[in-house]
Amino acid sequence: MSRIGFKNRDVLTILDFSREDLELLFREAKKMEMYSKSALDILRGKVVALAFFEPSTRTMFSFQTAIQRLGGTALILSDVQRTSIAKGESLGDTIRMLDSYSNAIIIRHKIEGAATYAAEVAEVPVINAGDGTHRHPTQAMVDLYTIWRERGNIHGLTVGVLGDLKYGRAATSFILGIMKYRLRRLYLISPPELRLKSEIKEILDKYGVQTTEVSNIEDVVNELDVLYVTRIQRERFPDPAEYERVRGSYRITLKTLENVKEDLMIMHPLPRVDEILPEVDGTKYAYYFKQARYGVPVRMALLKLVLGD
Amino acid sequence: MKRELIVRKIEHGTVIDHIPAGNALNVLRILGIRGNEGFRVAVVMNVESRKLGRKDIVKIEGRELASEEVSIIALIAPTATINIIRNYEVVYKERVKLPDIIEGIVRCSNPNCITNQPKEGARPKFRVVSRDPLLLQCTYCERYTTKEDILKQFRR
Ligand SMILES: [Zn+2]
Repeated sequence: MSRIGFKNRDVLTILDFSREDLELLFREAKKMEMYSKSALDILRGKVVALAFFEPSTRTMFSFQTAIQRLGGTALILSDVQRTSIAKGESLGDTIRMLDSYSNAIIIRHKIEGAATYAAEVAEVPVINAGDGTHRHPTQAMVDLYTIWRERGNIHGLTVGVLGDLKYGRAATSFILGIMKYRLRRLYLISPPELRLKSEIKEILDKYGVQTTEVSNIEDVVNELDVLYVTRIQRERFPDPAEYERVRGSYRITLKTLENVKEDLMIMHPLPRVDEILPEVDGTKYAYYFKQARYGVPVRMALLKLVLGD
Repeated sequence: MKRELIVRKIEHGTVIDHIPAGNALNVLRILGIRGNEGFRVAVVMNVESRKLGRKDIVKIEGRELASEEVSIIALIAPTATINIIRNYEVVYKERVKLPDIIEGIVRCSNPNCITNQPKEGARPKFRVVSRDPLLLQCTYCERYTTKEDILKQFRR
């Protein structure tokens, strides 16, 4: 991956993007914020296919809105088509069809490596809107943008990532994105059974990133500048009793936040269930709704850089 | 040279030498040789080797290995040498070599990987992360596949 810039580039994993790439994206996204309620014509005459084989209302709406704000047309694979594909046609054939109609394909799939495979099959750029358990590059871009936008800088921060670090693709992508910055500390906060996979740990090692794995949020929360929260799903635990035992310790309440830093940012890729209690929503620490709002401008910026003239 | 006395020379076939000790049966397994194919197979285990300390040897009479088979052997016996024998003479000798990228042959250990979806045409492809111990990384899903995973695939 030595290609520089975004033009016609596949967006498969956050790892492929350098800090300079991200900086360019962020500057563009900031400009796009002005157009979050009006239309541009950067994608006029262009068709972008949204191939969501796995439902995700938020990510899909966010891309769809971004395409429309840029003056492009979104070609959406409907639920009916999706289920008929699930039964018969191969992913490769569906991608070939979309490839012939569109200028870019945005794919979401539960099978790991589906986006990489789609990018091999398609001639047009492919953007991964989440595949398998650890890749979700555009979510990571939105997350990093939120910090950059709100703090002005990502270097030097102490960051904690909480939740399911083993199967959570948002958490993993966030870690692989933020490790590119010189953090003061990176805490990985999870039950022992949901720690980072060794594949991901080795990437961190390769980049020389020091992390500290902890099981209790209380031990580190007062040091944090950013706390990135993700959901812990019941089905990840072979033993439901174990799930019941740990879930409470990974829930953010007002009590958790009693002695935190004044400017702590709490983030969450949403949707949440009960890992951040609603009582936290009104505090100055809650950035997750703002983070969700940055989804459209960041995706507009990305589409502009990949597809614009 | 004493080891030559253990098993007699073969007339035609393949001698796989310098197999890391204890791996001879794994070599047979990944080659799909179970003993009921009819040709003579000699397995020598834990003999002295100047290079390896201890090594295994497999002699297969009446069968010459194809080059794809040679690269499979490299997966579990990276030090092995292949000798093709015709009329008691070594006509071809080759040290197995594990390429940096492995395509086909091995399946990804991740059942949820695109290369394990029968409907799709995605062919398994791995980057060799480490040769000893063997560690392959899928270029699609990034999951690791180990020597144990590979041996399981060939166990039937
Ligand atoms: Zn794989």
